[in-house]
Amino acid sequence: MALVFDRTKGLTDKIFHYCPGCTHGIIHRLVGEVLEELDVLGDTIGVAPVGCSVFAYDYFNCDMHEAAHGRAPAVATGIKRVRPDNVVFTYQGDGDLASIGTAEIVHAAHRGEKITTIFVNNAIYGMTGGQMAPTTLIGQKATTSPYGRTKEHSGMPLKVSEMLSTIDGAVFVERVSVHNAANIRKAKKAIKKAFEVQLKGEGFGIVEVLSTCPTNWGMTPVEGLKWLEENMLPYYPLGNFRTPQEVE
Amino acid sequence: MAKVLMKGNEAIGAAAIKAGCKYFFGYPITPQNELPEFMSRELPKVDGCFVQAESEVAAINMVYGAAGAGVRVMTSSSSPGIALKQEGISYIAGAELPCVIVNIVRGGPGLGGIQPAQSDYYQATRGGGNGDYRHVVYAPATIQETVDLVMESFDVADQYRIPVMVIGDGMIGQMMEPVEFNEPKRRELPSKEWATDGTKGEREPNIINSLFIDPEELEVHVNERLEKKHAIITEKEVRFESYNVEDADVVCVAYGTTSRIVKNAIAKCEEEGLKVGLIRPITLWPFPDKAFEAITDKTKGILTVEMSTGQMIDDVKIAMNGRKPVYFHGRTGGMIPNPDDIVAEIKKIVGGEK
Amino acid sequence: MQERVIMAGFGGQGVMSMGQLLTYAGMIENKNVSWLPSYGPEMRGGTANCNVMVSDEPIGSPIVTEATATIAMNRPSLDKFEADVVKDGNLLINSSLIDRKAERDDLKVYYIPANEVAVELGNSKVANMVMLGAYLELTKAVKVESIIEALKKVFGERKAHLIPLNEKALAKGAELVK
Repeated sequence: MALVFDRTKGLTDKIFHYCPGCTHGIIHRLVGEVLEELDVLGDTIGVAPVGCSVFAYDYFNCDMHEAAHGRAPAVATGIKRVRPDNVVFTYQGDGDLASIGTAEIVHAAHRGEKITTIFVNNAIYGMTGGQMAPTTLIGQKATTSPYGRTKEHSGMPLKVSEMLSTIDGAVFVERVSVHNAANIRKAKKAIKKAFEVQLKGEGFGIVEVLSTCPTNWGMTPVEGLKWLEENMLPYYPLGNFRTPQEVE
Repeated sequence: MAKVLMKGNEAIGAAAIKAGCKYFFGYPITPQNELPEFMSRELPKVDGCFVQAESEVAAINMVYGAAGAGVRVMTSSSSPGIALKQEGISYIAGAELPCVIVNIVRGGPGLGGIQPAQSDYYQATRGGGNGDYRHVVYAPATIQETVDLVMESFDVADQYRIPVMVIGDGMIGQMMEPVEFNEPKRRELPSKEWATDGTKGEREPNIINSLFIDPEELEVHVNERLEKKHAIITEKEVRFESYNVEDADVVCVAYGTTSRIVKNAIAKCEEEGLKVGLIRPITLWPFPDKAFEAITDKTKGILTVEMSTGQMIDDVKIAMNGRKPVYFHGRTGGMIPNPDDIVAEIKKIVGGEK
Repeated sequence: MQERVIMAGFGGQGVMSMGQLLTYAGMIENKNVSWLPSYGPEMRGGTANCNVMVSDEPIGSPIVTEATATIAMNRPSLDKFEADVVKDGNLLINSSLIDRKAERDDLKVYYIPANEVAVELGNSKVANMVMLGAYLELTKAVKVESIIEALKKVFGERKAHLIPLNEKALAKGAELVK
C-alpha cells in the first residue's frame, strides 16, 4: 500500500496537551513540516512562550528554549545574535505577544532580527482560563469581560499584523487562518515563506495565524471554526502585508 | 602586562572581553553607561556583538537566550534597571545557565538618586526575583579587584551553571585607578553539551527550561539540583578579607568602597592605640560566616558600616548568632560615611556607651 | 607622602583632565593613585570636581575629606571646598575668575591669575596647566617630566603638537609660586 500521509519528523512523539478542537495542533504540524521540508531541523532553535503553548518545547523536534511571558523575541534575539547561522523561531499566543510582550515583538521587528515568529491569535487568554486579550473582539464575552468587550472600556482589538507592517525591519508579515483545509494550505505556504525569508537573511518575519479556542469560547470545535470565520475574519482580514521581492 | 589607568566601568568591560565574553546586551542608565558604551566600541573588534535592548527586561532575556546558546555573555545596569532584570535572572537561575550581571548600585527606592549606595544588598543576596534560588555576588573594593573578579566570574558561572553578579557603586564605576590585566587562573570547566546550538541531527534536542509543572519534579529540581549546588558553592567559593580580627576590641564589617572608608577610620583608631579589626566580605553570597569564627571573647562589639539603612547587618547577626552585640552605622541616599563618624561609633562601643 | 587633592571648577575648565594627568603621572612613578570624579546632572553647568590621591602607601578611601590641597578654578568651587583643606594645607585660587580672598588664615594660600597667564601664552585652555604647574612646584607630588609623559599618552600623535604649549604653562605656573 502506498504511504499517503506520515507524521512529520518536525514533531516529537509526545502527546499534545491541547484541548479537543484546538487548532494549536494543526499549527504545530505546519511548522514541523516546514522545518522538515526545508531540511533545517538540525539547525533550528525554537523559543516557547507562556500561554497554552508553554509546553511547545516538548513538541518540536529541535533544540528548544523556554521564555518568560512575552519575552520570546528577546530570548530569540540573544540566540540569533550568538548563533547567526542557526534558524531561530518564536511561537507565541496573543496574550504573550500582543499584551505583555508588545515591547519585545515591536523592537525585534524594529531591529530587523532575522528570526521567524509564529503568532497564534485566538482572541482570548486560553491557559489562564479565558480572560480578555488585547485581541478579544468587541462584544465578545471573556471571564474578565463578562458583559462583552466594549470600545469605551477596553479599546478596539489590536491588529498586530497591520501594526508590525508599519515597521521597516518587519520584511515579511502575513495573516492566515486554519479554520478549513484551503486556509491550512495557505497558512503552510506563508509559514514556509517566513522561514525562507530568515534563511535568506532578509529580516524579521511574522505569520499571524487565526486560531480557535472552543473551550474558552464555550463552543464545540465545529462551532468554533464557524465563529472564527464569521467573526474574526471580518475584523482581522487575511492576506500578505509585506514580502521582500526576492521571496515573491 | 603593564599597569593602565582605567575608569571602573571601562575596566569591567575590558576584563569581560579578556575572559572571553563576546556578547553584551544592555540599556542605558547612570552611573554605568561607560560600560555598554565601551562594549559597543570594543566587541565588534573581537568579532562579538553588542545590542542595545529596548529595556532592561529585554536585555536580560537576550542574555538568557545567548547563555542558553552556550556562550559567555554579560549585561550591566544600575539599581532600578537591575530590579527590572529580576524576572530574567530568576529564569536564568532556574534554567541553570551561566552569565555575568553587573550592578553599579545607586540610591533608592524608586528612581532614588545616582550617587553611590549599597541599598541593593537584599535584592542581590536574597534572590530579587521569584522562587528559591541564589546567585553568586562579588563585591570588589578596588578597580584591580573588580577586574580580577569579573574575569573569575565567568569561570564560576560556567563551572556551576549559575548567574554571577558583580556589585559596585558609582565610585567603582566612575573612579580611575591603575589596573593590571593578569592572566586569570583558569578552572577546569565542564563542556556545554546542554546548549541550544542546533542538534545537527546528531543528538536528541536540548531544552532550556525552568518549568516543572509536576510538583514532585520541581521539588527535585530545587532541592537536588539547585540547593545541592548552592551548598557546594557555599563550601568552596566564599571569599573575604580579614584584618586583626583575633585581637580587636571592636570588629568592623563593611564591603565594597565602604570598606575603604572603614580602613581609614581603623588607621585613625590605631593612631590612638585602639585595636580595631575588619571583616570585608568579598562574596556577599555566599556570605563568609566562617570569618566571624575568629572573633574572640575579648571583642566588645561588632560595627557594621553600610551605605544603606542596614541590610548586610542581618547576615552579620546570623553569623554572630548572638555571641556579641552587633551595632550599625550607615548613610543613605548617596551620602558617603565619614571616617570620623565611624571612629566616634567605634569609641562608643569601646567606652561601653553602646 | 600622601597627597589628597580636590580640583574644582566649571565644566570645560579642564578640571577632570588636570586630575587625570596628576593621577597618570603618579602611576608612571609607581605611586599608588586614584581619581574620583563627581558625576551626574551637577556636571552640566555647575561645578565639576575630582578627588585625586597620590600616595606612597596603599590608598584607603578614594574620597578626599581632609585635603592636603584644593585647586579652585572658580568662585563656587572656592566657596564649596575651602573648608575641606587641612590646617597648613595648600589653597590655590584662580584669581582671574575669583574675586574674593580666602576666608581661612590657617592655610597656605596662593593667588594665581591662571586665565590671564594662559591667554598670554596663546591659549586660554591651558589655565588648568598653569594651576597644575603651581601645585607641583609647591608639593613636588610628581615630577613635571612624568606629567609630560602622561600628556604624551593622553594626547597621542594627533595632538602631540600641543605638548610644548602645555609644558610652557606648567613652567609659568611654577614660576608664579617660587
